[in-house]
Amino acid sequence: VSTSIDQQWTTRLRRRVAGKLPPEKLLPDTQPAYVSSWIYVFGVTTMSALAVVIGSGLLLSLRGPQWWHESSIGHFVNSLHLWSVEIFFFAMVVHLWGKFFMGAWRGGRTATWMTGVVTFLASIATAFTGYASQSNFDSQWITTQAKDGINSTGAGAFFNVLNLGQMLMWHIVLLPLAAVVLTALHVLLVRIKGVVPPYEDKVGEAQ
Amino acid sequence: VSSKTFRPDVDAPEWKGGHSPYDIIKEGTIALVVVGLLTIILATLFGSPDDHEITIKNWANAAPTDFAMTAINEMNGTTTTAGYGAPYNTASDGQKLGPLTLAKWAGVRIPINTENDFVIRPLESLPYNAQLSSALSTWKAASPSQQTTWVNNYTTAAAKMTFTNGEVMVSTTNSGPVPVFINDLTSMARSGALDTALVQGGNFFSMDYTKPLLFLSDGGYLAQLAQKQHLLGSQWGMMNETNSYPGQAWLWLYTFWYQVSPFSSSANADVQVWGMMMLLSVILLFVPLIPGLRAIPRKVKIYRLIWREHYRN
Repeated sequence: VSTSIDQQWTTRLRRRVAGKLPPEKLLPDTQPAYVSSWIYVFGVTTMSALAVVIGSGLLLSLRGPQWWHESSIGHFVNSLHLWSVEIFFFAMVVHLWGKFFMGAWRGGRTATWMTGVVTFLASIATAFTGYASQSNFDSQWITTQAKDGINSTGAGAFFNVLNLGQMLMWHIVLLPLAAVVLTALHVLLVRIKGVVPPYEDKVGEAQ
Repeated sequence: VSSKTFRPDVDAPEWKGGHSPYDIIKEGTIALVVVGLLTIILATLFGSPDDHEITIKNWANAAPTDFAMTAINEMNGTTTTAGYGAPYNTASDGQKLGPLTLAKWAGVRIPINTENDFVIRPLESLPYNAQLSSALSTWKAASPSQQTTWVNNYTTAAAKMTFTNGEVMVSTTNSGPVPVFINDLTSMARSGALDTALVQGGNFFSMDYTKPLLFLSDGGYLAQLAQKQHLLGSQWGMMNETNSYPGQAWLWLYTFWYQVSPFSSSANADVQVWGMMMLLSVILLFVPLIPGLRAIPRKVKIYRLIWREHYRN
């Protein structure tokens, strides 16, 4: 017999979440035996690099956008930010190709693939706005060049790469928020659906 | 999934094999420590680039005739910005993707009149100077066709422009107040006052550098410096950084299209390359739903290398 408590939105949401993602799926202590390759390292490496990117970005924000031009400590934090971004993209691209060659969308994992691709695109936009926010010669050149591409699509009317304030806000608030939410969604989908199993041997060999 | 309806590129076989121990928290912690250390090592060994920005003051002092020529071109409407079209003005339709004029449809949202915004208004912000004040009054009282005649006469004579003893020298007659404008604007730029006038636009605070960046990029000086840093579009510039640092290497495919025909010589290259990249991004997004494309990993069999232990067993 369904009680009024069973009908509550909160109860229904909790049961749904617990059903789809029980604790043993969210924080597993075993994995299928086929998960045994160096390629699996690149997902967690991407996540770790994202954490370092965010951490170094938070440090950069402490003293404001001019700090890294004026202080050797600030410049070092900027270097941490740069190199963690380079590691982030390297790991993410290897992860993407690895997942492509595993056909990782199989078995109802289309949304996992798609959130991964959108995260990749959002990350490119985040990095670009970072380059545009450097407030040095590089950002002068990059923005005056990139404006032509973005303007040609019509988006430049609303997304003005020559407006430092707008670029900085997108870089430190809007796009990182999008990237983190998308990454969280992607990881939750991986945990819900699990890691894609190998192609069936006979299928692989028959084709 | 029954074997009859099993689609190898869409469905995954149910895993009935064994499981091995997996400590996800330990794995994450180790990865974070390793990536953190690697970042510190790379940052310590290589640092990061920070080439100082170029001011309009730098430009007008290093290349005064380039600056002065750009200023007269802002008046005669031949700079990139003056003839840009949307989102800055209506001087042209802008780039087209086939029949689509996307920029024009979005409209003029960042209005810029190069003559007024880059030359006349900054000059008006200068402290009182009898000659300039009289020149500005003459300009305002003149008809648009008279203004155009003055600007065109100056432009023709400016081919032989020199910069001597802190003055822009152009041998011209019937150019009205234009010689005073160009000379005073060049002096203003060389003092640094134009940087401030263009950024602030009458406000105390500003974080919008649209106008000085557009003016700067209309001249030849910025591109000349960028070329030395291998940053031009034709030098794969969008993915490069100043000095020898890695830049946005992930933009390699975007940058690649600019290097090859027909994009390399197209007047609509930007919108065509953007269109191409958007199409490719959508294809990447929908790979799981596109027959043929989604079969590639099964057919190229790299998965047998990835799961070699599984297949060995």
